Amino acid sequence: MNSVKKLLGYVWMLLAPALICFLVYQAVGKISAASEIQRSNVALQWVIILLVFTPICVGFFIFGKYASSNEYAHLPESSKEIE
Amino acid sequence: MIQEKKQSSIAFVIGASSVGTLIEWYDFYIFGMLATIISKQFFPADAGTAALLSTLAIFAAGFIVRPFGALVFGRLGDLIGRKHTFLLTLVIMGGSTFAIGLVPGYATIGWAAPILVLILRLLQGLALGGEYGGAATYVAEHAPKGQRGFWTSWIQTTATLGLFLALGVIILIRSSQGVEKFSAEWGGWRYPFWISLLLVGVSILIRMRMSESPMFSKLKIEGKTSVNPLKESFGHKGNFKMVLLALFGAVMGQGVVWYTGQFYAQSFIETVCKVEFIQSRNLMLWAILMATPCFVLFGWLSDKVGRKWIMLIGMLAAVLTYRPIYKQFLSLTSTKNRIEKIDLSKTTTSEPKVVIDAKETTKIYVIQVFDTAYTDGAHFKYTKTDTLHLTAAYDANLKIDVLNPSLIVSKSAKPNVVIEKTMDEGTYWNLIWLVFIQIVYVTMVYGPIAAFLVELFPTKIRYTSMSLPYHIGNGVFGGLVPFLGTLIVEFTKSPESPMGDPLAGLWYPIGVASVCLIIGVVYLSNKIDKNVMD
Repeated sequence: MNSVKKLLGYVWMLLAPALICFLVYQAVGKISAASEIQRSNVALQWVIILLVFTPICVGFFIFGKYASSNEYAHLPESSKEIE
Repeated sequence: MIQEKKQSSIAFVIGASSVGTLIEWYDFYIFGMLATIISKQFFPADAGTAALLSTLAIFAAGFIVRPFGALVFGRLGDLIGRKHTFLLTLVIMGGSTFAIGLVPGYATIGWAAPILVLILRLLQGLALGGEYGGAATYVAEHAPKGQRGFWTSWIQTTATLGLFLALGVIILIRSSQGVEKFSAEWGGWRYPFWISLLLVGVSILIRMRMSESPMFSKLKIEGKTSVNPLKESFGHKGNFKMVLLALFGAVMGQGVVWYTGQFYAQSFIETVCKVEFIQSRNLMLWAILMATPCFVLFGWLSDKVGRKWIMLIGMLAAVLTYRPIYKQFLSLTSTKNRIEKIDLSKTTTSEPKVVIDAKETTKIYVIQVFDTAYTDGAHFKYTKTDTLHLTAAYDANLKIDVLNPSLIVSKSAKPNVVIEKTMDEGTYWNLIWLVFIQIVYVTMVYGPIAAFLVELFPTKIRYTSMSLPYHIGNGVFGGLVPFLGTLIVEFTKSPESPMGDPLAGLWYPIGVASVCLIIGVVYLSNKIDKNVMD
């Protein structure tokens, strides 16, 4: 199981930047396709989405990094192990 | 005797915490449910800056502010205690909700109206971000050993019951006043906001009587409370990796299942299936009412068999059945397989009604209503509106039938048709069952999650550590379900298929829940933490 956890860790590390690229690509496409009146509103929505999801994707990358370095091979059973 | 006293004391803790949390959810939901009226009252009709503010007010509070509230109040809860912190969030939520009901419309105070509403909405989001973590932590820290899932599941019912209460109050006021009175500047839509003050007042009185969490009090006496909860929660690798695991292995999947079952379902039934306003809300009320006891059932079960598999089975069921369920929604509400009643007294066409445009007197709207009754009892109403441009101002006394065709400069190429479907009894109950199934999934993923999160983190930084993943998972991943779902459907539209694929929006919750399911299966433990005192 630990090797699966480790292997999947690399998948998450690749998936995180791919998601950011996908969102940026979508944002550019949707903003430029919006009508003049709607453009600023559509842009604001996408800026919010990017601002919110980029740190989450960074967190997902870190999660993948921890997983690939076997940090989740053993989960803590008491708070002393966390501190 | 001691056992009985313990039971009544925990029942008081649950009751007092739950009432407050329920009211906070009620406050949060009424804004969203009345968003259309709020936009009309507080924002000018033209697009541009007004739309921007409207977007910020309705969008931002749900997505950006809730995690910030989790950080601000989570930190406070770990520093000064649970009781005072969630008392504070309750006051902020109640105060801002009541104040929204007092803000005069755009017509009276201009730009001050949307700005005030935006500020108050952001305060609501902040307060909600601080409330849930506090209430769940507080109850879990009071719960007897081996019953943490059962007792915290009562807190889990509040989000759904808050929605139920908000829906109920709005339907009641709207039905008693009528649409016109309800939607006026100082009309009935403000009452749900004012009622909040009363509810919050009662809740504050109850919460004042509560004592601090025994675990937090013990830490305080021993001088072991955290000095910097934010640093200890997110700056220490040992704890931060658990925050990430909680988010990606449980809460993000739970968030999308929750919002799909309770919000996307309603929006789909109303906007895609075109079931009329009151019936679409009533069927949600029934489904919620019937499924709510399952929160407690799965919370109780999680004490016996562990939290992990109940949550993950709920996610798996959602991933596998969402598309068949929504396909069924479309099929049940379609005209196919229905036979029109030949009885002409039941299938009627109204006299065309003419409405002159408020700004251009040469522009008129010709509205005609067609009623179609079906043999199964269903009743579909089609309101067709044609837009006509005339050479001269329209004479209101003139019947449209006798209008000289030479006066018409142009006519809309395609009339605007609004469909409102009133379903027959059998279909209505089938729709209720389909929503009920989705809410059962919600209870599976949501019922045990408070106990699961509480057990992941140490007492001294519990409030902060569990609040952030919870509000990112629900506020961001869950809150974006309606928006991203609609956006994905837009992607599928083309000139050949102007309606697109109405089921495409489900790929977002299915995708997020699938990733979460894999992470949960591989990385989570099913062990119940016996000692949350540390």
